[in-house]
Amino acid sequence: MRRISTALLLALAPSAALAEGTMPQMDFANPLTLDQVGWMAVILVVLYLLLSRWGLPEIGKVLEHRAGVIAKDLAAARAAKLEADQAVSQLNATIAQARSSAQAEVAKAVAEAKADAAAKAAVLASQLEAKLAESEARIDAARAAALAAIKPVAAEAASSILLKLTGSQPAEDKLAQRLDEALAARKAA
Amino acid sequence: MAGPTIDALGQFSLTTGLGNLGRAVNFTNSNEAMLGAAAVIVAVFALGLKSKALVPGRAQSLVEMLYEFVHNMCVDTIGEEGLRFFPLVFTIFSFILLGNLLGLFPYFFAFTSHIAVTLALALFVFVFSTGVGFYTHGFKFLKFFVPSGVPTWLLPLLVPIEIISYLSRPVSLSVRLFANMTAGHVMWEVFAGFMLLLTASLGVVGAFASVVPLSLNVALAALELLVAGLQAYVFAILTCLYLHDAVHMH
Repeated sequence: MRRISTALLLALAPSAALAEGTMPQMDFANPLTLDQVGWMAVILVVLYLLLSRWGLPEIGKVLEHRAGVIAKDLAAARAAKLEADQAVSQLNATIAQARSSAQAEVAKAVAEAKADAAAKAAVLASQLEAKLAESEARIDAARAAALAAIKPVAAEAASSILLKLTGSQPAEDKLAQRLDEALAARKAA
Repeated sequence: MAGPTIDALGQFSLTTGLGNLGRAVNFTNSNEAMLGAAAVIVAVFALGLKSKALVPGRAQSLVEMLYEFVHNMCVDTIGEEGLRFFPLVFTIFSFILLGNLLGLFPYFFAFTSHIAVTLALALFVFVFSTGVGFYTHGFKFLKFFVPSGVPTWLLPLLVPIEIISYLSRPVSLSVRLFANMTAGHVMWEVFAGFMLLLTASLGVVGAFASVVPLSLNVALAALELLVAGLQAYVFAILTCLYLHDAVHMH
């Protein structure tokens, strides 16, 4: 593109220059051609001083201030995030601790209840056993009493049967002995 | 044959500006344009710095964008040391940019189309960067002309080439800007003059036919806007590049 425009210049400028004389840019006989450079130097020095002392540092300050504000805000945000993260982890730790302590509490209560129940069951069992033993003893006593009560009745019945059958009174001690034997055999069976 | 002729170069002729006072001190019409460019730069800064808001408005954004553009250019090209030259590069860049842009307006003088102006700027950049080189490295700066890693027998050939290429920097720097601006303005003038010629010689038909050069000029206006920005950028980035060479020597 630059090449094209330069080529066009080369094609056009000489003909135009021939028509008009020379290019004003090349007319160094004209004092204005070089004098403009002197004034340009003055203008550029003033512009440079204005820009380097006032314009550019001011813009730099504005940009620096903005960067500072952004950095500060970012740091604050980061700090807040860190704080929030810490709070969350603390909360999580507290929850975990509460859960474990609750579980321990539950386990302890369960163990206590079990032990209690076991103790109560043991007491109840021993009571029942004692009652059972007592009842058995009572049954035994009742049976013994009943057996003891049977003996005179049986002796009387046997002697009266024998009297009727034989007409003689059996010997008291023999009868008693036989009765005892029979009772013992009954008991054994 | 009487009638309009194409005066493509008349737009570049220098006169004195600012009335009698300007005539007395040879203050030219191109200096008027320079003063205008500098005034616009200062006015834009004043406008942009009026509020100094945290969230910038339009004028402030413009100034901040310009600042950061040139700032980044300096840092990227020269390095952190380049910040010393930032105000200088900014002044040159904004001065040339405004000169190019203001020169695009009708009846405005494009001072960047004068080889004396661009050569003076380029010579200043050349002398300044060479001075920075000698100031930074002393006489070791002369090693800049001795390429490293080259066989010794090639040096008598290469060192003069390096020196010539170094010395040609201000020429290429100044002619590039001058030629681009002059070419654009000459083409504009030629096409515009061609419209007058067509109308004068062909009458109504010519008036209709001059739509062609007119549309060419419209397209050229867009191109010249691009060239105005691009050439200011090229001048500034080459200034940075030369300063980089002076500071880093490679």
